[in-house]
Amino acid sequence: MTTTPVKLGNRARVSAVSVLLAALTLLMFCVSLATGEFQLGLDEVVAALGGIGDYSTLLVVRELRLPRALVGLLVGLAFGVAGALFQSLTRNPLASPDLIGITGGANVVVVAGTALGVGGGLGVPLLALLGSLASAFAVYTLAWKQGSTGYRIVLVGIGVQALCTGATSYLLLRLGVYDAQGAMVWLTGTLNARNFGHVTWIAVAVVLLLPLTLLLRGWLDALQFNDDTATGLGIPVQRARLSLGLVAVGLAAVATAAAGPIVFVALVSPQLALRLCRSATPPVLASGLAGSLLLLVSDLIARTLLPAELPVGVVTGVIGAPFLLWLLARANRANAG
Amino acid sequence: MTTVEKRQPVATGRSSGAGLSRPLGLLLALGVLLLVCVLSIMVGTTDLGFGEVFTAVFRPESPEAEAIVRGLRMPRTGFGLAVGAALGLAGALMQGVTRNPLADPGILGVTSGAAFGVTLSALFGGIASFYGYVWFAFAGALVATVVVFGLGSLGRDGARPAKLALAGAAVSAMLNSMVSAVLLLDAATLDRYRFWAVGAINGQDPRVLYQLLPFLLVGAVLALAVSPALNSLALGEDVARALGRNVGRIRLVSVLAITLLAGSAAAACGPMVFIGLVVPHMARIITGPDHRWVLVYSAVIAPILLLGADILGRVLARPEELQVGIIVAFLGAPFFIALVRRQRLPEL
Repeated sequence: MTTTPVKLGNRARVSAVSVLLAALTLLMFCVSLATGEFQLGLDEVVAALGGIGDYSTLLVVRELRLPRALVGLLVGLAFGVAGALFQSLTRNPLASPDLIGITGGANVVVVAGTALGVGGGLGVPLLALLGSLASAFAVYTLAWKQGSTGYRIVLVGIGVQALCTGATSYLLLRLGVYDAQGAMVWLTGTLNARNFGHVTWIAVAVVLLLPLTLLLRGWLDALQFNDDTATGLGIPVQRARLSLGLVAVGLAAVATAAAGPIVFVALVSPQLALRLCRSATPPVLASGLAGSLLLLVSDLIARTLLPAELPVGVVTGVIGAPFLLWLLARANRANAG
Repeated sequence: MTTVEKRQPVATGRSSGAGLSRPLGLLLALGVLLLVCVLSIMVGTTDLGFGEVFTAVFRPESPEAEAIVRGLRMPRTGFGLAVGAALGLAGALMQGVTRNPLADPGILGVTSGAAFGVTLSALFGGIASFYGYVWFAFAGALVATVVVFGLGSLGRDGARPAKLALAGAAVSAMLNSMVSAVLLLDAATLDRYRFWAVGAINGQDPRVLYQLLPFLLVGAVLALAVSPALNSLALGEDVARALGRNVGRIRLVSVLAITLLAGSAAAACGPMVFIGLVVPHMARIITGPDHRWVLVYSAVIAPILLLGADILGRVLARPEELQVGIIVAFLGAPFFIALVRRQRLPEL
């Protein structure tokens, strides 16, 4: 499953794809603010964002729709970047936060909170954040033995995730069916009823961690070689892996806290970006933008076409999967690995 | 995952398998499996002595013991054996064919296909008995795998491992999304589904086992037949071709075997993800990277884990029971993590 970077991507292509994804994301962001019961034009939306418009338009755009769209944008970005980092660090396209024990802790803690009846409002994000960080810490500590390897982290992650899944299933059986359904909504991932409290969390995390990721990109590229080669290149392998891992965990944990463990976004976004850019490893920024775009489109569909009770996590798989399958079918040898 | 550690013929200073030859270790594991089977018939809400079990199995005299043993515990033990072995084999095969340590049989879409079938039957059929679920689940698993393999084989280079894994992950995500949608919209279906989704080997109609047995046996034979070829595949596709292997056919046979094994298992007992994912790693740590041994060991270790967890579930929650899927995770995960920490890892 190794992808050895023969060439570090075609820079121009990566930039072009990133710009295109950014433009599409911005467009979807505005469409998202314009769409709903109270239909607006894109010009009205842009004006309202600048503070121009009548009272009701300003209320709908800036108070009701903006927080939700911002959470969608930033959560998608965080999951996409985290997924790209996990996939690069482990050299495994299946290494998403849901598979290697990062979101498992959040699920357990939040469902336990539901069972105990705690965690209204912003209590849930806090519980989720603590849960994710705890399970990620457990994975790293348990995988540490005179250093860590991507392979051992993946295996220990599987174990920790299994423990969490078992605990979550057990708790779900103990809940009444009404509570179980409430827990299911969170476990699927939702952007319903987001407010500026949720936005603050995720915005702070993205503003801090995204530049850091881009700064550490040199380390990330070097870690694509085996550890001995990377050491030979003068890379502090353990420190590099830990720093990048921490950034990825931080992004995934905060994104989970803000919207629940929306499955598949972290797995599919880096793969879409990698295939669109034809690069050897998932390009960090393009992966994040692909995540934002996927989540905004999915949420728009969830809000407009589906019954009200359905959360966005139900849509991401249905939207993202066919696109990935199409790209897989078109794959050529150069980037099929 | 490139590096393949060479296994020393007799590893020194290793706790497991130190000085044990692989055939001897296998005999030992089979002995443990037999012991677990006997315990599985003895232990429960009514504990039976070994003598009573022996009588009930071989000389049916005491009607009460017989009802418990023949009516409940023997089928349950049979399910544990069959489903465990199937999941172990399917998992080892899946990891061998995709060369990915994160691959479990579910990655091919088997589990999500089965779940989708169960959800549909609960939604439209409203079938109360588990008996009705089985064929819906099996059909779902079959269809999903065909779709995954078909889509994963498109394109110029056929079903490359990474592509197969990603196609499977994509189809699984799609089906899981649809399942979640149904569950969220219909509380009655969720109520029925969540008990299937935990995974249990009790309370299932013994007839199901007999009907699924042919599928399981064919799957097992195919799996064992293809295992030597997986060793060539592990050296890389070009090497495998140079050795005269037909790579496309190896993948096709493997996928067929995985579908039969994991599809039957999921249909009979619900999705038990952990076993198929983790048992092959346990086996690999004991045997080294030779797929022939990994497969055989997986087929023995998995039912030990499954039945052992099931027995514990009966003991811990008396007079009620804990679903085996939950115990397997609680019991197997720490053990697995400890194993990963102890050993030098033979990578895929």
